[in-house]
Amino acid sequence: MDLFEYQGRDLFERHGLPVLGGGVAETPQEARAIAERLGGKVVVKAQVKVGGRGKAGGVKLADGADEAEARATDILGMDIKGHTVQKVMLAETADIVEEYYFSYLLDRANRTFLCIASVAGGMEIETVAEEDPDRVAKIAIDASKGVDEAKAREIVTAAKFPADVADQVVDIAVKLWQAFVAEDATLVEVNPLAKVGDGRVLALDAKVTLDENAGFRHPDHEALEDKSAVDPLEQAAKAKNLNYVKLDGEVGIIGNGAGLVMSTLDVVAYAGEKHGGVKPANFLDIGGGASAQVMANGLEIVLGDPAVKSVFVNVFGGITACDAVANGIIQALALLTERGETVTKPLVVRLDGNNAEAGRAILDGANNPLVERVDTMDGAAARAAELAAAGK
Amino acid sequence: MAIWLTKDSKVIVQGITGGEGSKHTKRMLAAGTQVVGGVNPRKAGTKVDFDGTELPVFATVAEAIAETGADVSVIFVPPAFTKAAVVEAIDAEIPLAIVITEGVPVQDSAAFWSYNVAKGEKTRIIGPNCPGIASPGASNAGIIPADITPHGRIGLVSKSGTLTYQLMYELREFGFSTAVGIGGDPIIGTTHIDALKAFQEDPDTDAIVMIGEIGGDAEERAAEFIKANVTKPVVGYIAGFTAPPGKTMGHAGAIISGSAGTADAKKVALEAAGVKVGKTPSETAQLMRDILS
Repeated sequence: MDLFEYQGRDLFERHGLPVLGGGVAETPQEARAIAERLGGKVVVKAQVKVGGRGKAGGVKLADGADEAEARATDILGMDIKGHTVQKVMLAETADIVEEYYFSYLLDRANRTFLCIASVAGGMEIETVAEEDPDRVAKIAIDASKGVDEAKAREIVTAAKFPADVADQVVDIAVKLWQAFVAEDATLVEVNPLAKVGDGRVLALDAKVTLDENAGFRHPDHEALEDKSAVDPLEQAAKAKNLNYVKLDGEVGIIGNGAGLVMSTLDVVAYAGEKHGGVKPANFLDIGGGASAQVMANGLEIVLGDPAVKSVFVNVFGGITACDAVANGIIQALALLTERGETVTKPLVVRLDGNNAEAGRAILDGANNPLVERVDTMDGAAARAAELAAAGK
Repeated sequence: MAIWLTKDSKVIVQGITGGEGSKHTKRMLAAGTQVVGGVNPRKAGTKVDFDGTELPVFATVAEAIAETGADVSVIFVPPAFTKAAVVEAIDAEIPLAIVITEGVPVQDSAAFWSYNVAKGEKTRIIGPNCPGIASPGASNAGIIPADITPHGRIGLVSKSGTLTYQLMYELREFGFSTAVGIGGDPIIGTTHIDALKAFQEDPDTDAIVMIGEIGGDAEERAAEFIKANVTKPVVGYIAGFTAPPGKTMGHAGAIISGSAGTADAKKVALEAAGVKVGKTPSETAQLMRDILS
């Protein structure tokens, strides 16, 4: 889960990192109140989880509460690369003397963590790495040992931080690591980490990604989720414990296993090229050992998507038994009909593996005109794409 | 023969008394696996009956090894306890630990991996979030269905469980020496490269299927390894060509970050290493059929 900047700032503050005073506002009036509290000049920053907000006009300076309210009025509701600004962060301003870069992240290739630090901050670190690779230090962090003062010194030396800020950066490096571990983050990025006029080093931005798998030891993390940005179908799916991602096509997809479902999206997209360019409407993995109830829940979500014109149920029964899947499909259709919802969208089903014969027999026996059985994954994808194109 | 798991492998189950643990112990026994016991400190000293096979429960992995000669552990404990379970397996120096559990925090996986390295890597860790390893006709450790395919001469390594089953099914006419599901998490113990190396050295394996998916650069690194070290034919499949960037597709590790981790980049890297890459699972199976026929 990616956090907003203001959430990252608060998290940094809680872990003792030096940040500027600030607050978050959803209305111009709230922005005014925060500006009054902070006093003097403030910066008003759009809170969106996408880069390039400065260029898009989402970051403005304001002198006093009147201006802060006006700038907040401008920025709230703005569209930045498809993200509507619903919150602005107001923060004290700083006279930046130097800008650095500092982050901890997951290093998948080396199965550990990595520190990236540079004295060239304030711009995309990828750009610095390309243009000036010598100014980007990458230091592996042993997950068991972490970052103590000695390790922090090693980082500061490797990245060639100036002597006058070295001690402060060491302290920040240690505290940032502590925050990274304590919060189960997979990324903490400070860009810029800035030296200001009075010589202090401050974290002026905060990019934080938290590990959702670690949610069980962080009950407080749930409150950080941005419910407004989550697609309503994704939200409904999450409430039912379904692994669902909304996409922008017309063929609803239900399958078991993340890899097989990703593969199903691909196969449907290829088939769609021959059928008016229809595409998958979603990713939905009902998982291993899925019961009839889970299938029913999944179908309900997928059929509830108005963009869906046909549904492709693609199951390879490993642990999941295909007869349970078939029963789930029939029960789900009955359930929806009982509720008075008329199901008109055609379903194409491909069952293979564990109890496939029994599953196919159940579908054939039910004789539901909406359900069509196709034996191969490629054939079923083509049929689902064809039906979606016809329903458009 | 096979890689890592043979008919002589003696398997214990950490979490044998839990729902998943007991369900799959039963399946493993039915597949002919030599399951010799389980571990649960709270139920140590008791016995569990699996359709007539009584298995002893031990307090620790070390005790289970001492009593049974076990050399493989399959771990089914919940995410919150997985790190401790793997550390215990490492401390007991069991040669193979297979972590089935899904949803393990990545810092925990990083921690047990780092611990394993510090201890000299005496334990091969497979997973977490993986279906395990199956050597058809010999042994089955994990949750891969045992009856998809008979023994044969294809080796398979995959990030995905169901795609493993799909390819095993499509190529069942040839059979498999060993299929290894390495898991879809960002940090995993055994990589594509480890499995490719083992298959290259295995006299019982003639050709290799490698299945990858979006996220990270494991497939690109595997491609480099293949180019330099693998002489047996390899066919590949990558899932997630149409996945949008920035969205996690089911597996915690399956995410395109910026321009990194795309299926296209992986396909290009594999093809440059001489690997034939299929567009769909069936096309991939056909590529292998063409090689073996």
